Amino acid sequence: MYPAAFEYFAPGTVDEVLELLARHGEDAKILAGGQSLIPMMKLRIASPRFLIDVNRIASLTGLRQEGDRLVMGALCRHAEVGRSGLVRLRLPLMADAASQTADVQVRNRGTVGGSLAHADPAGDWPAALLALDTTVTIAGRDGLRTVPLSEFIVDAYTTQLGPIEMVTEISVQLPKAPSGGAYVKFEKRAGDFAVASVGVQVELAEGGQCRSIAISLGALGAMPTRARAAEALLLGRAASPELLTEAGQLVQAEAQPFADTRGSVEYKRHLAGIIFRRAFAAAVDRALGREVETLHV
Amino acid sequence: MKLPVNLSVNGQAYEEEAEPRTLLVHFLRERLGLTGTHVGCVVGECGACSVMVDGALVKSCLMLAVQAHGCEVTTVEGLAQRGKLHPIQEAFVHNFAMQCGFCTPGFLMASHALLERTPNPTEEQIRQDLSSNLCMCTGYVQIVEAVKEAASRLGEWRKTHT
Repeated sequence: MYPAAFEYFAPGTVDEVLELLARHGEDAKILAGGQSLIPMMKLRIASPRFLIDVNRIASLTGLRQEGDRLVMGALCRHAEVGRSGLVRLRLPLMADAASQTADVQVRNRGTVGGSLAHADPAGDWPAALLALDTTVTIAGRDGLRTVPLSEFIVDAYTTQLGPIEMVTEISVQLPKAPSGGAYVKFEKRAGDFAVASVGVQVELAEGGQCRSIAISLGALGAMPTRARAAEALLLGRAASPELLTEAGQLVQAEAQPFADTRGSVEYKRHLAGIIFRRAFAAAVDRALGREVETLHV
Repeated sequence: MKLPVNLSVNGQAYEEEAEPRTLLVHFLRERLGLTGTHVGCVVGECGACSVMVDGALVKSCLMLAVQAHGCEVTTVEGLAQRGKLHPIQEAFVHNFAMQCGFCTPGFLMASHALLERTPNPTEEQIRQDLSSNLCMCTGYVQIVEAVKEAASRLGEWRKTHT
């Protein structure tokens, strides 16, 4: 099974990519990790006439700390995020997502920038990074612009990227201690997309109250969203079983899943409440310095 | 239009060319004659086409041959040395970790990648890691046993081969 024929470019700079996009417009597609695009091309869901492979652009690789932010090049691979000591220590929510996306092979090739630009409603990075203060840097003909992730994705498989633009960097605020985060994903089978996923990032006050809280929902609507009502309920309060039950109900009400082969609307909504509570518990445990893994919580 | 694909496969240098849409797996099999790497689902689900590219395990059906230009590739043919099976292969044979054998090259490469990174994995780690590869015959039990045995065989093997 071959993709339809295309003309292939492997430019060495972002400027060259923009030039190629300007020349070929909607007939061109950017190839990053290719773990979604190449299957789509083979299944002829996508048949770009011009393929711009950005994998040889050194400026798009790697991840680093800049001040109080983690900055990832658009080509940063999932596995690279998962191996990062900084991510494991300061952003365990991202380590969860990095280790649960697809499988080893896909994690070695797939990129954070590609995952965000693809904006699959069940993708892990869009959902996980929405629970954090995440911005996306976009290069276009007028230079660079930076937008919050919450504005970057506008619908299923749709971002605000223009035809002559590309993602260059993703930047995430490093949370202040004592804080913790967790991303819990429920899969039908190992390595699959999420049936539903929830990210929770919490900062605790001395008395255990939530000084700040973010709850993100994945695969529970056309695009990832924040469970704002549940966040508002928990903000400034210490969690009790009753409060968490109520917050879980709000999460379920805010979820807008579709029925598909992974489950019915009722099932996914039910799951949303359950995995929210698991993610919240793991996030609080981590904020208190306890080690928890979320693979089987 | 064909583009150059100069790469090293199992330590041997090749100067070849390929159509841009040629997948790495087809290039390895049809252009280089290395048919050990199998074509399974071709949409990245089954892992039968797994190879190492620059030290990272990848599915060669999810990569274009032209993307491997300048890379070092290891396929299942690169495991055995001088006609002697690699310890992972021996462990697979010893544990009957295959029936039809179609998925075996992918499992061998995935096991190789796992044991390079994690020389003494727990059963849990083996099962998690190898969830990337599908076998429709064995039910996985013998494969997991083989990887456990391979881990201990490799410990001995490394003492004499490094």
